[in-house]
Amino acid sequence: MSLTLFNVILAVFVVICFVALNAAYLVYAERKGAAFFQRRPGPMENGPWGLLQPIPDGIKLMTKQLLVPGGVDKAVFITAPVLAMFPALVSFVTIPFSSSIVAHPIEVGVLLIFAFAALGSMSLLVAGWSSRNKYSMISSVRAVSQAVAYEIPLMITTITVVMISGSLNLTDIATRQLDGIWAWHIWPLQADVGFNLLMPVSFLILFVCSVAETNRAPFDLGEAESELVAGFHTEYSSMGFGLFFMGEYANIVIGACLTTILFLGGWSCPFGDLGFFPLTHNVGWFLLKIYLIIFVFIWIRWTFPRTTIYGLLNLSWKYLIPISLFNLLLTAALLKVF
Amino acid sequence: MGGYFSELFSGTKSLIDGMWVTLKEFPKRPVTLNYPHQSVPMYRRYRGHIELIPGDEGGTNCVVCGMCERACPSNCITITSEKPEGSKKKVLTGYRLDFTTCSLCGSCVESCNFNAIRFSNEYNLASTRKEDFIFDLMARLKEQQS
Ligand code: SF4
Ligand code: SF4
Repeated sequence: MSLTLFNVILAVFVVICFVALNAAYLVYAERKGAAFFQRRPGPMENGPWGLLQPIPDGIKLMTKQLLVPGGVDKAVFITAPVLAMFPALVSFVTIPFSSSIVAHPIEVGVLLIFAFAALGSMSLLVAGWSSRNKYSMISSVRAVSQAVAYEIPLMITTITVVMISGSLNLTDIATRQLDGIWAWHIWPLQADVGFNLLMPVSFLILFVCSVAETNRAPFDLGEAESELVAGFHTEYSSMGFGLFFMGEYANIVIGACLTTILFLGGWSCPFGDLGFFPLTHNVGWFLLKIYLIIFVFIWIRWTFPRTTIYGLLNLSWKYLIPISLFNLLLTAALLKVF
Repeated sequence: MGGYFSELFSGTKSLIDGMWVTLKEFPKRPVTLNYPHQSVPMYRRYRGHIELIPGDEGGTNCVVCGMCERACPSNCITITSEKPEGSKKKVLTGYRLDFTTCSLCGSCVESCNFNAIRFSNEYNLASTRKEDFIFDLMARLKEQQS
């Protein structure tokens, strides 16, 4: 696909629509999910089963007054929410939804996503820093220490997969797993992974890290309401808060996409190439997988209480990093031997 | 080192157990009610504000003895009555309850020897205006009977 101006504008438009719709309806799904796990009906008032709830939510968010508290570092304060939303948008450019649907395939797509993920945690840092509020400050310090701790095992695990598939291009990584469910990277003892037993463990590490990366419960130390009011976005109102919110949900989708592509075969059908039903063929499977993963995200959030910051860092430094490192070395050795 | 792995396994297992618990709850029906549209029936002995008991042949059982008015420690009750021409008995014309100071003590209900007042089951009371809590119980009774 040639990168004409029209293509770019179309891609950006589609991506923004996708992200905004996702954010709106993931909030709805989150509320419904929470309700079902707690045996409540959830939102019911607007539309059938409350399906129109995101619209008034959005209107409420947009029509509120945008407050800039006195004494904040104004330029940085206003940039931070944009900085939270923008990387999430850009990351979608390189994510392949099927063999043909990708805004712009980039050779180093994995790298790009990680680079922008780091930018996302920077937005938390500057948001807390510029707010002139000690709760926000503590929160951003926590968010950054968390991001550092969890990006390492995330990267190491990704490197493991990259080593197996020999490419940093997300499309290539997914294409390798197209021959049915047993070709997915999640399974142990595959011939072309060097019969590595620990692949499911790698998948688990990647999954835990992507939950932690999105700052969601039980890893939402950055916005621990009981301790820090609302953390880094305490001082943000209206769409300032809205952008953080949308960024968070966009990050969830990206995390789910990444997990799907790296370990769950991307857009491949679990039963080999069936070749019919255009909708369930490629994109359909991909969307099904990411929404299943998002369901698990919601499930986790409404099951576990928040951990402590020490528990959080211990989990990463004592368990995830050593195990993922071990798996990296093991994979390297096995790939060499077989 | 032994503690390291046993902690890892017990931790993972407890997390999976927890997720199983919530997953089992997920498909079940809600236990809460969709409040303004559905609500639980109020308990029979719930003490709402007092109301007049409808009399056997229309009207009320009240004989305007004034005991309730006197029994109320907060002066919530104001009774008005009149004596029709050629009748010996007074007839109740107005029963006003100022619920803003009522403590739901029950002295009025207890002091009535003619089974004329009781506690209602009214619990949906909310307003921003004080006047909304001054009830005309005669009018309320008429409304309920019609
Ligand atoms: S319940 Fe007590 S306070 Fe209320 S009206 Fe009766 S006597 Fe007065
Ligand atoms: S005590 Fe009973 S009968 Fe007497 S005035 Fe009050 S309500 Fe009527």
